[in-house]
Amino acid sequence: MNEIEKNLLAEVADLHEIPEGAYNIRMDGKSAGRNSTAEIQIIPKTDKDGIEIHIAPNTKKQSVHIPVILAESGIEETVYNDFYVGENADVVIIAGCGIHNCGNQDSSHSGVHTFHLGRNAHVKYVEKHYGEGDGSGARVMNPQTNVYLDEGASMEMDMSQIRGIDSTNRNTQIHVGDKAEVVLTERLLTHGKQNAESRVDIFLDGEDSSARILSRSVGQDDSVQTFFPCMTGNAKSFGHVQCDSIIMGNARISSIPAIRANSVDAQLVHEAAIGKIAGDQLLKLMTLGLTEEEAEEHILNGFLK
Amino acid sequence: MLKIQNLQYSVAQDGKQTGILRGIDLNVEDNQFLVITGPNGGGKTTLAKCIMGLVQPTGGSINWNGTELCGMSITDRAKLGVRYGFQQPPRFKGITVRDLLTVAAGKKLSHSEVCGLLTRVGLCAKDYLDREVDTSLSGGEVKRIEIATVLAGNAPLMIFDEPEAGIDLWSFSRLTETFGELRDQRNATILIISHQERILSMADKIIMVSDGKVSGMGDPQEILPQITGDTVCFCKAMEKS
Repeated sequence: MNEIEKNLLAEVADLHEIPEGAYNIRMDGKSAGRNSTAEIQIIPKTDKDGIEIHIAPNTKKQSVHIPVILAESGIEETVYNDFYVGENADVVIIAGCGIHNCGNQDSSHSGVHTFHLGRNAHVKYVEKHYGEGDGSGARVMNPQTNVYLDEGASMEMDMSQIRGIDSTNRNTQIHVGDKAEVVLTERLLTHGKQNAESRVDIFLDGEDSSARILSRSVGQDDSVQTFFPCMTGNAKSFGHVQCDSIIMGNARISSIPAIRANSVDAQLVHEAAIGKIAGDQLLKLMTLGLTEEEAEEHILNGFLK
Repeated sequence: MLKIQNLQYSVAQDGKQTGILRGIDLNVEDNQFLVITGPNGGGKTTLAKCIMGLVQPTGGSINWNGTELCGMSITDRAKLGVRYGFQQPPRFKGITVRDLLTVAAGKKLSHSEVCGLLTRVGLCAKDYLDREVDTSLSGGEVKRIEIATVLAGNAPLMIFDEPEAGIDLWSFSRLTETFGELRDQRNATILIISHQERILSMADKIIMVSDGKVSGMGDPQEILPQITGDTVCFCKAMEKS
């Protein structure tokens, strides 16, 4: 692994060496390392690009790393990863993607992730997208995430894209079963002429299901962001959508949350706010000794933390 | 020493200039504990903001230990040791109490140092350290965190703008103890804008500011009876009637 690849791996998966436990590292369209454990089996697909990850029931305190690195310019790929998480398992899945493009051809990665969580399983899913390189070729990521939660299952999804991705079209669909719960946190920072669109559809299908979407974004320079978070209550359920955006420079942000109730017992709430950094926030931090630039950075880091 | 000379601040209103500060003169010796009081709209907060650099005066001078502050940035004044506690502090989404106090101290604080700061403003560290300074906190809680950020800097000049506003009686008692400790330690110059008799009575000197000027100055024993005996709030028209 060269320095560029090592850096991308550190950025998207906090990995500085080959991880312990189960992992699959994909680099420039090919597998660069794979390891299964007794409880977590990673099997390559035979009909298309991608892997199946089978996590045995009752697997506890284990993690799976599946980072994707694109360091060559001009690679365009769609990868299908299917996760089957057994009953009562409790695991962490880390799935970052980093693109380094210093050429003039577009590099594009589309990850199609499908999660099936068994009864009472719990997954913490961390997905970081990152781009770098000074070539004229665009860095493009179009992730598609599908989640199916069985009775009592729960999933924490922490998805972030901080700088570097020129174009992204995110699509997330989640079906929540009886007494199941999902908390999705999405954090996005765009700059330059970048464009980001994110669509999240959560279907509260089960009795006593619940979901939260917390979206925080910062739009800088001439970038454009569009959010469509939608919560549908099909049963006795609770859903909350909260979208907060900080707008800077000439950025344009559209935040279009929707809530749909198809059951009299569905309780759904949405909140959305877009605004610039408040002047008194900057002034307060400046009275503590920060420069205006440092104060702005501190506010943005906290907001996107 | 803080030396304020002929400090002026005016704003354009209906095509003419209205004076908010109309020639404030004030000398404050090092490590004094002064309380500024006076009727609403008299210029107290504007005076404090001029010292911190949040408002640019239209004339006059503010000299702190031989350095002219007028024209200097807020950041540079903060680095020089001037701190100001906002009357209405801002809130921050995503920034925790611990983060804010770390910025305020300008260094990483130990757990016991952070706990100590929060205790001094009547907050239990266990309940607040990792909470965000956002709208989930009440006005009184945010105000006490604001005061803690001023204390965290260990600055030689600390200005508090109505620290009692919005704070419950129990927490206020704890705050007055903290201000008493600050006064007794005698290692910083303290300016407090306040209307509270308990704070006023602690002062080395009370400065009365009204109508953009210093209208009185003296010991609490001298000034407090004047304040409590004045029911017309310096209004000459009301005095006549």
